Amino acid sequence: MNFISTRLIWLVVLAGLFVLPFFLPNFRVFQVNLMIVYAIAVLGLNILTGYAGQISLGHGAFYAIGAYVAAALMEHAGFSAYTTLPVAAVVCFGAGVLMGFPALRLGGHYLALATFALALAVPQLLKHKAIAHYTGGVQGIVLSKPEAPFEFRFLGIALSEDRWLYFVTLAVALPLFWFASNLVKGRMGRAIIAIRDQPIAAGALGVNLSWVKTLTFGLSAAYTGIAGALGAVVIAFVAPDSFHSFVSISLLVGVVVGGLGTIWGALFGAAFIQFVPNIADEISKSAPWAVYGAILIALIYVAPGGVMGALKKLNPGDAK
Amino acid sequence: MDSFLLQIFSGLANGSIYAALGLALVMIYQSTHHINFAQGEMATFATFIAWTLIEHGVPYWLSFFMTVGIAFVGGLLIQRIFIKPVERAPVLNNVIVFVGLLVIFNAMSGWIFGQTVKAFNSPFPTASLVLPQYISGHQLGSLGVTLGVLLVVFLFFKYTPIGLAMRAAAQNPDSASLVGIPVSWMLALGWGLASTIGAVAGIMMAPVVFLDPNMMGGILLYGFAAALLGGIDNPWGAVVGGFIVGVLENILGAYVIGTELKLSVALVLIVGTLTLMPNGLFGRKVVTRV
Amino acid sequence: MKLLEVNALQAWYGTTQALFGLNFSLERGGITTILGANGAGKTTTLRAICQTVKTSGDIVLLGQSTSRYPTDKIVRMGVAHVPDGRGTFTALTVQENLRLGAYTRRDKEMVAQDIERIYTRFPRLKERFNQQAGTLSGGEQQMLAIGRALMLRPTLLLLDEPSFGLAPLIVQEIFEIMKNINEVDQVSMLLVEQNASLALNLADYAYLLETGKVVLSGAASDIRSDESIRRTYLGY
Repeated sequence: MNFISTRLIWLVVLAGLFVLPFFLPNFRVFQVNLMIVYAIAVLGLNILTGYAGQISLGHGAFYAIGAYVAAALMEHAGFSAYTTLPVAAVVCFGAGVLMGFPALRLGGHYLALATFALALAVPQLLKHKAIAHYTGGVQGIVLSKPEAPFEFRFLGIALSEDRWLYFVTLAVALPLFWFASNLVKGRMGRAIIAIRDQPIAAGALGVNLSWVKTLTFGLSAAYTGIAGALGAVVIAFVAPDSFHSFVSISLLVGVVVGGLGTIWGALFGAAFIQFVPNIADEISKSAPWAVYGAILIALIYVAPGGVMGALKKLNPGDAK
Repeated sequence: MDSFLLQIFSGLANGSIYAALGLALVMIYQSTHHINFAQGEMATFATFIAWTLIEHGVPYWLSFFMTVGIAFVGGLLIQRIFIKPVERAPVLNNVIVFVGLLVIFNAMSGWIFGQTVKAFNSPFPTASLVLPQYISGHQLGSLGVTLGVLLVVFLFFKYTPIGLAMRAAAQNPDSASLVGIPVSWMLALGWGLASTIGAVAGIMMAPVVFLDPNMMGGILLYGFAAALLGGIDNPWGAVVGGFIVGVLENILGAYVIGTELKLSVALVLIVGTLTLMPNGLFGRKVVTRV
Repeated sequence: MKLLEVNALQAWYGTTQALFGLNFSLERGGITTILGANGAGKTTTLRAICQTVKTSGDIVLLGQSTSRYPTDKIVRMGVAHVPDGRGTFTALTVQENLRLGAYTRRDKEMVAQDIERIYTRFPRLKERFNQQAGTLSGGEQQMLAIGRALMLRPTLLLLDEPSFGLAPLIVQEIFEIMKNINEVDQVSMLLVEQNASLALNLADYAYLLETGKVVLSGAASDIRSDESIRRTYLGY
């Protein structure tokens, strides 16, 4: 691949990304936005589970925290949608570090169990009277989608709220993916992977296990929290029942489908969890979950590496 | 004082359900070192089967025993078909299979039996024969049934050759195969038994909380708490743990934190036990698997 | 018919190969020993016979080709394996351990009698019949492991390093018991041992393994008396 053709390909991709929302109806753009949001959330979980090898069945909790932080700030404190993102990131980072401490002593299925307990408890916690003033209780909080800050038309099609949000989510997602990609290739990333594969050896080589593990949890939670906040903005609504335990399971499905321990797998995983339920819904209301379950199990037997794993097998020369 | 005793008895009745679930979880954990996240949904599905039989006119106790039999075979088949292939795979793969089963069973319950909440009649008289002011007929009956089941399981493991073989296969599969025990089938049997116990728990719970596909979600959490509290490798610890959790849930719910945070109590119990007392109250080994 | 015939036996742990084409055979009624350094493949050979590792090549036991049999089927043919490290069920009682040895048997009364015979042979086990096996001393656990194996009424007894970690007096006691078992109960034995002198005193025939292959074989008495072989291969 020479210099010019790589540049050319990037140019084409960028141009495509730019014009895409203008060729889709608003509703589809909304779905794409959600997909990008899920991609960030799935990436967050993958950092923890795929790279660091710590199983979390409770990442829906961080997604919910991010969403509620954003919604509460916008509703009660007049924050703009964009400024809620860093706050959500910090809060969720803290929550992740907090969860990371007991996680230090747990491994494998014990951690899965503890995080699963978290996922099951979250909807109940969100409905509680004590914080209902901030959370809107059972009804949740209705928000309004932010409008584009300027008028713009492309080929006669207006920059609607959904289209504007498309660019916003993209603008948030791309740096996050880039950062994650560099992280896993760098020293921190190698430390994380070392802890997953050979914890005792890693410790003996001077890697500070507790520090790295806790930080990883925090980072992973922050990513998923940002996604949650963005999700709240994109959907313009938060309610406790949107965050039941199956959100955590969806995120895990996304990780497995896309490929454990890959960065770009998050895109495939997100596409899966965003679009498959719509298709499966045609068959039956309960069908999406049966399909999820069946695909989860089938993948683990047949293609545990997910989409990225399958792609790698077809094209062994590619880097991840 | 009266209402306090009421909470205690109610807690014991609920606790017997958690004890049964906890036992089922520990049985599977002991033999496979995996936690069956799908236990609750499997129990719910079995309860739906019982409900369907009753709806079609099959007498209660016949439905009960038929469901128990179906649950046994079902659990056994699930182990052979779904769990066996990933026996030696990394933990994450196993967890994902369990989660997959959870999701499939939940979806099937909804798909086949519908999402609407269903009433499930109790076979026991409304008024209890013993201490009617503190305990309802169903609570006493369900306490009796679950204790009966636990007793049968205890006797099975202690005094029958197959029970002994199953214990051996769980503790030391290599040595077990060297004495001619087909270890893989012992695991399948364990799953069958655990499934049976779960079904009993579900059938006893349904008249109280009503039957819908998500019936067991929160209750499973209490089962986990019971298993951990008792020591994840100690089946009888799980039983005691179940009763403790049941009583604690009611006491805390009534007097301390209100009934809306019950699941959070379970969460705190679980995380707390895992962090501070990883052996639980009665467990033997320290298992720090990383 | 030979009791056991092994031809071109290879064995793997996952992708690591441990046996590279083993040939040996056992006659009925004798004690054969397999010697060699650590990592030579002695334990692997016993595991190969029981099919607890992946193998290729021929294993013919009592005239049947058993190289694809599951372990429990081989046990039912009368092969009892006392693994290295004893393999006792530490959380179960002594009595339960012995009962498990007879798991494949159908004759209940004879099983009960056999348990009594084991207690007669190993009085210390009788004293501790209801104790958890894990609380027994090393020597007692070794006796329990052998007792459990005998409960099968085996045709072939496989023993993996029975002397390991035991005090010399206990080892002597155990080796005398093994001799007794061979003579009185007429159980054929295949003994893996690091302690070559002990093994050669007990056995009739010996094979010496080096990195997964047989490098030497012969009557135990011959090898015992050949000083150069002892020095070169057995270190004494």
